[in-house]
Amino acid sequence: MSIEFRHVSKHFGDFTAVDEVSLSVESGSLTALLGPSGSGKSTLLRIVAGLETPDSGEVLLAGADATDLAPQKRNVGFVFQHYAAFKHMTIRDNIAFALTIRKRPKTEIHDRVDELIRLVQLQGFADRYPAQLSGGQRQRMALARALAARPQVLLLDEPFGALDARVRAELRDWLRRLHEEVHVTTVFVTHDQEEAMEVADRVAVLNDGRLEQAGSPVELYDTPASEFVMRFVGDAHRLGDRLVRPHHVALRREPEDGCIEVEIERITILGADVRVDLVDGDGDRLAARLRRDDLDELGLERGEILYAQPERARVFD
Amino acid sequence: MSRLGLRLVALGYLALVLLAPLAMVFWRTFEHGLAPVWSSLSDPATVHAFKITLLLAAIAVPLNTIFGTVAGLAIVRGRFPGKGLLNAFIDLPLALSPVVVGLALYLLYGRSGWFGGWLTAHGYQVLFAWPAMALATVFVSVPFVAREVIPTLRELGEEQEQAARTLGASAWQTFRRITLPSIRWAVVYGVVLTTARCLGEYGAVAIVSGRIVGRSETVTLRVDASYQTFDPTGAYAVALVLAAIAVAVLVAMTLTKPKEQTA
Repeated sequence: MSIEFRHVSKHFGDFTAVDEVSLSVESGSLTALLGPSGSGKSTLLRIVAGLETPDSGEVLLAGADATDLAPQKRNVGFVFQHYAAFKHMTIRDNIAFALTIRKRPKTEIHDRVDELIRLVQLQGFADRYPAQLSGGQRQRMALARALAARPQVLLLDEPFGALDARVRAELRDWLRRLHEEVHVTTVFVTHDQEEAMEVADRVAVLNDGRLEQAGSPVELYDTPASEFVMRFVGDAHRLGDRLVRPHHVALRREPEDGCIEVEIERITILGADVRVDLVDGDGDRLAARLRRDDLDELGLERGEILYAQPERARVFD
Repeated sequence: MSRLGLRLVALGYLALVLLAPLAMVFWRTFEHGLAPVWSSLSDPATVHAFKITLLLAAIAVPLNTIFGTVAGLAIVRGRFPGKGLLNAFIDLPLALSPVVVGLALYLLYGRSGWFGGWLTAHGYQVLFAWPAMALATVFVSVPFVAREVIPTLRELGEEQEQAARTLGASAWQTFRRITLPSIRWAVVYGVVLTTARCLGEYGAVAIVSGRIVGRSETVTLRVDASYQTFDPTGAYAVALVLAAIAVAVLVAMTLTKPKEQTA
């Protein structure tokens, strides 16, 4: 099911959470709403679910106006950051909730829940209570619960935010694979650009309630529409009026056209890569990112004077 | 050692303030054996007093359970003007002396009161009968369910309810299946406190009832009347039944609650 925002705005008192956002989410896509906290991404997601009503603008689900549709009539699955597990119900009853509400036959509910429990790998936990599960398991339960009634849209609000790094990486991977299997239109909110770039096939970057840019991860990275996007989706350093990414900075021993003289401030080994922090004559700082082999070849030392050549630098007005 | 000392102080205080008077009532009740106790309790006026008290509780407890739950939901989840005022008003019966409540009802429903004249003219007896006593009981027992439910609702948060809505539950289904089961112990506690307050109410009911023996006399009024008419054994016996009900309820609560939480 496609989702379309048309000039959507939402205020909370004096605070503008969402400011005139227009955005299309294609049916079957996996989209990330990316932005810092307070950028309006969660509000936008909640508007899709009907948990918030926009002050102005329209939301279309599958082409039909859904702006004022009650949440229970939207057939969306929503996964909350803190799981929102029904604490007084077993895992089985949690997952079955949407089907129980729809008064489906008992055997059908039982079979569907079994299928979902296998899908989210919670075999053996069906009769436990949420309090007896780990964070990652609870989040998988919340996912199964959201998928039970075969929603046309799956919405996830910072789904991995409360989990530790390893479980996070696992669940990211798993969400990606789930989307390939189930193919339900999926929108997730995150403040982690790496998560957005890695999992989503489309990313919408939000800042201060406004949509900065929407596109594929490659588009955002290579052709950012604003300084904010350039800085948010990856490292970027300022050189005068230009912005350049560290791995687009070439280091040379001899000056060439367009080079600037820099001094090496620090060399940090990051596994296979190396970050070289530099400072130019004006005191502006930038960094170059190169592979270890290149570092060894150049034989760089701290305090050395070099020539940096920014490639693919971008200028924003 | 100091922890032991603290414990002794706490227990000593409880013994002095709570247990000693209760033990005293118990001892005095059975001072002359069982026969006088039984004869006071089986006195038709006493039996009627128990019936009246139970009737008042049967009216006030369900009303205030529903009101307290709805008001609690409105205060915690709702967004409407006058919310703070509603929250403050719920506490009014705790702050106000029951005697004032009784007096206010007396003025309202008395012969020359705002409603009293009309009601008397149409043949309704409110004052000095169970309707006024019920009003007084309802008033004094308003806060308890709401006061138990409000913090529990706050702690519960809105996420589970929102999750239920996105999963297809209507507002009523969400309340029935998510909210109510989550706050049920707060409601039960509130009901117990409300019941205790209804059974124990004295001041407001004393004013509006007219204290007519065998007609508008509650158990607490009966205890006082027996005592005033030089029937201490009767007073102690009835008082003991009231105390026994309170203790039984507390014990039942204590026994059931922890089991439920570990489930």
